[in-house]
Amino acid sequence: MWGIVGQRACRHGSSAMSLQVTRPVIHALRSFSTAAKEMTVRDALNSAIDEEMSADPKVFLMGEEVGEYQGAYKITKGLLEKYGPDRVLDTPITEAGFTGIGVGAAYHGLKPIVEFMTFNFSMQAIDHIINSAAKSNYMSAGQISVPIVFRGPNGAAAGVGAQHSQCYAPWFASCPGLKVLAPYSSEDARGLMKAAIRDPDPVVFLENELLYGESFPVSAEVLDSSFCLPIGKAKIEREGKDVTITAFSKMVGYALKAAEILSKEGISAEVINLRSIRPLDRATINNSVRKTNRLVTVEEGFPQHGIGAEICASVVEDSFEYLDAAIERIAGADVPMPYAANLERLAVPQVEDIVRAAKRTCYRSSSLAATA
Amino acid sequence: MALSHLSSTRSNRLLRPLAAAASSLCRPISTSTEPLVIETSIPFTPHKCEPPSRSVETNPQELLTFFRDMATMRRMEIAADSLYKAKLIRGFCHLYDGQEAVCVGMEASINKKDCIITAYRDHCTFLGRGGTLLEIFSELMGRQGGCSKGKGGSMHFYKKESGFYGGHGIVGAQVPLGCGLAFAQKYNKDENVTFALYGDGAANQGQLFEALNISALWDLPIILVCENNHCKDVNLFLLLDFLRLFFTLLLLWNRVLNGWLFGRWHGHC
Repeated sequence: MWGIVGQRACRHGSSAMSLQVTRPVIHALRSFSTAAKEMTVRDALNSAIDEEMSADPKVFLMGEEVGEYQGAYKITKGLLEKYGPDRVLDTPITEAGFTGIGVGAAYHGLKPIVEFMTFNFSMQAIDHIINSAAKSNYMSAGQISVPIVFRGPNGAAAGVGAQHSQCYAPWFASCPGLKVLAPYSSEDARGLMKAAIRDPDPVVFLENELLYGESFPVSAEVLDSSFCLPIGKAKIEREGKDVTITAFSKMVGYALKAAEILSKEGISAEVINLRSIRPLDRATINNSVRKTNRLVTVEEGFPQHGIGAEICASVVEDSFEYLDAAIERIAGADVPMPYAANLERLAVPQVEDIVRAAKRTCYRSSSLAATA
Repeated sequence: MALSHLSSTRSNRLLRPLAAAASSLCRPISTSTEPLVIETSIPFTPHKCEPPSRSVETNPQELLTFFRDMATMRRMEIAADSLYKAKLIRGFCHLYDGQEAVCVGMEASINKKDCIITAYRDHCTFLGRGGTLLEIFSELMGRQGGCSKGKGGSMHFYKKESGFYGGHGIVGAQVPLGCGLAFAQKYNKDENVTFALYGDGAANQGQLFEALNISALWDLPIILVCENNHCKDVNLFLLLDFLRLFFTLLLLWNRVLNGWLFGRWHGHC
């Protein structure tokens, strides 16, 4: 089991180093006498799936290229050799068909992990995700449970264009009956994947292609095969007292970088890693806003009806009197993702956008003189 | 049997002489278990397989249970129709009267570990799998006593312990789901099969062919049953065509009549 864990990729250049600069204080507190182990998100996902398949024979994997090709992004590397073609199934390019088959298998009591090469292709199968999986437990008054996991990369990659770059978190998170998770670090990836596989309800697991190669320190607790994170709990990645910044997936890294920049200007930002988009951890978000009185929501997807919109509504409903400034919503541009690199950069939130938004909530926009 | 019941109720005292006369005329109902071999009337058209035998062994008692089940289903659907017209059943109500023989015939040759999945015309299939009339009518009318506690409605009947997996509202979706059930049966090494029922409308769905393709590639124990009730053939556009034809004929008749009455045709002044 730990053999797969041992195949950790070595550190990836600049991204890991910049992360180390912004790593929250919390990890440093988990001090070891030896250096902290590092693990890429890819290996975290691989090890989590491997351990769960080993623990429960009902768990099986299906998707395009998950077997022979070792996974389109190598997330399922080595699993076909280990578990055989009965449990790791390569499907034809037929999302509607194989998603329906996965859901049908879940009706009968198996625990499928269905991979979409990207969540853009989940649209081909969205009827089965929503109407066959999400709603069945309710429609059957509890008779049919659907313990299925839909996983794959979500959101923008690099230069893949409009049809391959959309974030589907808002689409799935609006549907009752689904659970929607979005890991950021390797700890998130391991813990949330295990929780998703063990969960008796359908879970949409939104990964990020650009995070697969990033390394994060992991403690011995995280590496243990029984490690599991609760669904529905956000994590406070960095404590602060002036402004709350909520983010999920890749944007957590950007938010942490922004928090570092803000701290040099005397603004202490609290960064919340949502982890769970549905159910949303409204309690953690509201408690944080009640402490800081300011909120910036960050997401990569389109702004209208997005995750930020839901968080804004939640905070206005529960903590309106605590707000000292209007909520700032940072999202991707309201335009299909362009291909040209400079346009693509403008269409996705950047660290500077988050910094500017936080300053606006603190009434410290750059047009005013910046005094400490 | 119905007639003898009729003669025994107090309220039907007036009908007693009639019932007595009727019962002396009708044949007693056989409970014989003598084997009977029946030859089906229409030959099978096989495609790349051996056709099954057309001889079916049964007995009079079994045949009568089939008849009783089918008659119950027929009466149930007719009652549901009346309830729907009385607006006691809301939304959708797709009826299976005329198709009862399909699910009764299927039930006769399978067990409760074999799975059945169908679309929204599921009332009789549910009854065949062991559902009760009370559960069915309660569900149709949105009551707690319904098989889905009133939360599903006509299109969402389930009985997992008897291998009935619904009850699906999206045309064609049940076919890949059925292939998934078959996949699970093969995975668990059960010696059972799944029946996925669909209609002439769903036969057009792409996902059906996708699922069929994967089932062939992975050799799944799935049997797809197409119930062609020609429902697809009667649709809005066909109706509009008929209406258009009707009004064209009406107009033509009107012109002919005018022409004859007012002598626009030559020969009359």
